[in-house]
Amino acid sequence: MTISYQLKRADFIFKNQNDWEEVLSKSLKRTPQDLINELISSELKGRGGAGFPTGLKWKLTSEISESTKYVICNADEGEPGTFKDREILSMVPFKVLTGMAVCGHVIGAKEGYIYLRGEYFFLLPELNKVIREFDYYCKEINFDFTIRVFMGSGAYICGEETALFESMEGKRGEPRNKPPYPSNYGYMGKPTVINNVETLAHTYTIFKYGAKRFYDLGVQYSRGSKLFSVSGDTPKPGIYELELGMSLADFVDEFGDGDTKAVQVGGASGFLVPRKRFNETAIGFQGKLVGISLPTGGSMMLFNSSRSMFNVLDNYLEFFREESCGQCTPCRVGCQQLLKGIKAVKRGEKNTRYLDKLLRLTETMKLTAKCGLGQSVANSFSSIVENFREEMIY
Amino acid sequence: MYPVSELIKNLADQHGRNRHNLLPILQGVVEQEKYLSEYSMIEIARELDLPASEVFGTATFYSFLEYKKMGKYIIRVCKTITCSMKGKNQILLAIEDMLKIDVGETTPDGVFSLLQTNCLGFCHKAPAMLVNNEVYTDLTPEKVHDILNSYLKKQKEGGSHDN
Amino acid sequence: MTEKIKITINGIVVEVNEGTTILDAARSAGIIIPTLCYHKDLCIAGNCRVCVVEIAGQKRLAAACATPCEEEMEIFTNSLNVLHSRKEIIELLLSEHNADCTSCFKNGNCELQKLASDYKILKQDFIRLVPFKKYSIDKYSPSIIKDDSKCIRCQRCVRTCAELQGINALTVAYKGDQMKITTFFEKPINDVVCSTCGQCINHCPTGALVERNYIEKVWDAISDKTKHVVVQTAPAVRVGLGEELGFGPGERVTGKMVTALKRLGFDAVMDTDFTADLTIMEEGTELLTRLKRALVDHDPEVKLPMATSCSPGWIKYMEHIFPEFIDHLSTCKSPQQMFGALVKTYYANARNLDPEKIVSVSIMPCTAKKFEASRPEMHSSGYRDVDYVLTTRELAIMIKQAGIDFMKLEDSHFDRIMGESTGAAVIFGATGGVMEAALRTVYELVTGRDIPFKNLNIKPVRGIQGVREATIRIENPLTEWAFLDGVELKCAVAHGLVNAKKVMDSIKSGESDYHFVEIMACPGGCLGGGGQPIPTNPEIRRKRSEAIYAEDAGMPIRKSHQNPEIIKIYKDFLENPLSEKSHHLLHTHYTPRERF
Repeated sequence: MTISYQLKRADFIFKNQNDWEEVLSKSLKRTPQDLINELISSELKGRGGAGFPTGLKWKLTSEISESTKYVICNADEGEPGTFKDREILSMVPFKVLTGMAVCGHVIGAKEGYIYLRGEYFFLLPELNKVIREFDYYCKEINFDFTIRVFMGSGAYICGEETALFESMEGKRGEPRNKPPYPSNYGYMGKPTVINNVETLAHTYTIFKYGAKRFYDLGVQYSRGSKLFSVSGDTPKPGIYELELGMSLADFVDEFGDGDTKAVQVGGASGFLVPRKRFNETAIGFQGKLVGISLPTGGSMMLFNSSRSMFNVLDNYLEFFREESCGQCTPCRVGCQQLLKGIKAVKRGEKNTRYLDKLLRLTETMKLTAKCGLGQSVANSFSSIVENFREEMIY
Repeated sequence: MYPVSELIKNLADQHGRNRHNLLPILQGVVEQEKYLSEYSMIEIARELDLPASEVFGTATFYSFLEYKKMGKYIIRVCKTITCSMKGKNQILLAIEDMLKIDVGETTPDGVFSLLQTNCLGFCHKAPAMLVNNEVYTDLTPEKVHDILNSYLKKQKEGGSHDN
Repeated sequence: MTEKIKITINGIVVEVNEGTTILDAARSAGIIIPTLCYHKDLCIAGNCRVCVVEIAGQKRLAAACATPCEEEMEIFTNSLNVLHSRKEIIELLLSEHNADCTSCFKNGNCELQKLASDYKILKQDFIRLVPFKKYSIDKYSPSIIKDDSKCIRCQRCVRTCAELQGINALTVAYKGDQMKITTFFEKPINDVVCSTCGQCINHCPTGALVERNYIEKVWDAISDKTKHVVVQTAPAVRVGLGEELGFGPGERVTGKMVTALKRLGFDAVMDTDFTADLTIMEEGTELLTRLKRALVDHDPEVKLPMATSCSPGWIKYMEHIFPEFIDHLSTCKSPQQMFGALVKTYYANARNLDPEKIVSVSIMPCTAKKFEASRPEMHSSGYRDVDYVLTTRELAIMIKQAGIDFMKLEDSHFDRIMGESTGAAVIFGATGGVMEAALRTVYELVTGRDIPFKNLNIKPVRGIQGVREATIRIENPLTEWAFLDGVELKCAVAHGLVNAKKVMDSIKSGESDYHFVEIMACPGGCLGGGGQPIPTNPEIRRKRSEAIYAEDAGMPIRKSHQNPEIIKIYKDFLENPLSEKSHHLLHTHYTPRERF
């Protein structure tokens, strides 16, 4: 039985932002509880890849009694194949700032930061201009909220929320132990809401049009629309806003080059879906859909039959080996073992049964790694090795 | 261009002297000097009253905070999956051929350094590279030639304004 | 009032305080979860992932050291998932580790080795990673050897140097597979700001950090018939040595230690405690001299407070971090160095020996003493005053190598003329001990009476608090010391360099008005020193401390100035404290060093 959710385009994110002043001032007149309820009923989930319910996040942080709190926009977009946040910050930055300011109103924060990855330094002049204008307006309407940009310096792991806090505190970006969670203990040890750029842009849509408009898109457990960054073997690379819940088969029909062998959903930390599974895979968050439902930051990379899956996996493992913070044993040593392992199998230095040992290793990494990076290596490793085992062998 | 110790003092005045001000200060020094020397790190440690080892440990964590001497223009070619698929190696070969250096090296005249980096966020326009803070996409060997030549020209014209 | 909550571990119901970690809760139920990066002295890291446990209802395993218990949590420490994961993590660590145990100094006392043994990692299929890395061994320091190839990156050394000592000689650098523990720009540890205290060695679970060992050199000296080898033993050694040789922590093995040393073949076994008493005489007099200059002469140049100078880790720390205050340090050498200088002069004379044939060895709970012995100015005897320094651990190794059944040994006495000591000397091994010893002597010197504390136990300067203060009021002094009448002598004691900084900061800011401060570089004082048996933790140090004070209470003489050998050395050789001879042999100067 195939899933027949169609590929549906949506058009909220990049639609005009000119009414941001109105959206902001109207939202600030509402009570925090009212705004939280709106977000919760919209069922918006984080768009950075982790998919945590945004309304709930704002609610938990607002309930902590602490005079100093922070709102942080996670613009450390580093997942391979993801480039949507850059586009949002270039085209509709006021939506993001508005989202941050409303969050500040809801949780009781007076300071907001945008953690911008170092590679996007060229965005800074324009972004600073926008922020100046935003700050000016906030002063005009007597709203005490200042936004600053904090530049990253080339570390993928700083996209992890607690590593981001560490980086902002002037330290190495090493993820912290959780619990405590950011809503209790975040930046500088204070309650913090940290949201992805796209998530904040969606809150703008919700506050402007109301939860129902957002909720009506998508499917159960995966409401609303999402930006997808499409690249690889496709005639239509670019950024597309689509409703969640679509089937991968429909996606490939639209974006593939006719010879699509596999699609990497969610970047290097995501899953590789082979052609034979396109029909039974939907793009959304875990729920009761038939088949596999995959959460994602929106990175969609298409590979046609000319691509070697071994090279693909090798590339991912190289990436993880370099970008891991190196703190915890399973990730630091595990990534090295996986990379060397597949190379050894490919060269015939190790038996193919060694691949099974490596698969078991990724299971251990999934269970024991300290943060999402180590935990997610298993995703791409197992999906590639299990579906393209023949390409891993000498 | 300030001498380094003066630069560091100015940066500390501008950002603050707390631990959480460390990263902007490190970035400020790299912006002007292109890298963090032993001397710079010790001066930063002195200014912020931090152990020198902490400055070193923090700086070496971040790929863009170089601690070895770098050229005036640092080329960072993306090597993650899509750029690799779309011809990153040809781009590298073209650069290596033109500048006569390998990845990780700096030209003897100190103008260019060549490095590889991870996903720059321009996968739909791969292959891509950074030269200092400028992004160049949809690269071909010919385009790369032109880009690097424009930097050489800027360098010859005594371009003290760089990005 | 912390709430109590109920949790279940392996089916056992346990009631704990809210916020207790799973690791502690398990221990209270008699379940021991293995750990590597966890250490009682340090903050929680949660990075080795060896202590992972399964919690019902959670997909991933949690680190027991870093996860607080919650009401009705159901925890499994030995489920199949846990056992399998734990074994795999140990196997991963071994693949990144130079597992050539038979040629490693920590063979037999390595936590990774123990884990591999407990979990029987018989099959190790992972690719060995060590050959692919450019590892180096740093052997430049006289005290510490750092071997990267054995590091498991638990970061215990980094946390120790940061939290306990506040020096940060070691840091974590780079990321990913390049991540390693190193120094500023990977320089040899000798070339960076390091106090050589060796606390990093005490806290390292493997052989990545060990002391520079001189065992072979000492065996050579002992076997050389032409050499007269003299050994001195520090006070803290006698309450720690037993732990390496079959006793529990805090066992007093003084007599057995002397017998063992004699059996090893040393020509004379004498006691550092003797020169500890001597230090009190010299330092006490120096303090009184400074007080006179301050209160009578009103000399603006006099430096108060005066700080003790027997801890070489503390000295090096001062030289780097507070060089402008080094004149506050007492000019007295440490007991070890005083002993070394006297062995090749006073002792050589008395025994008619050629000082050139004397080899001076010391057994210390300390690695900084190795550095101290190598300081260029420590040559007052005309020769290098102390030739070799062995840690307590190294001595234990020699005793085992000699096939001595330590537990069955009879007690012996130290040799004359530098072997007698007092209770005041033995307490040098504990934090607060030097202060207490000095006060016992100074007070009596000045007033002619015993210091008014029951049994001479000056409780206010004892204990484990980081910084302790005491004020001693001088009343009705002898006429010679009339200027001290009514003076409240303000004293401070600190242990652990992070607490030393607190004291120095308060002196620098003018906030405090101490006259005399005692600083020990190591937590607990010398009994917790960098050369003491591993492992170390607050409980073990407490037991060693109790042993030291018990040793003091049991000595017939408890004040330094009443030590007959001390009286003799002044009569026969030194004349009086701060005499010219004393200055030449027993006092020293310091060297300001780079701050970074």
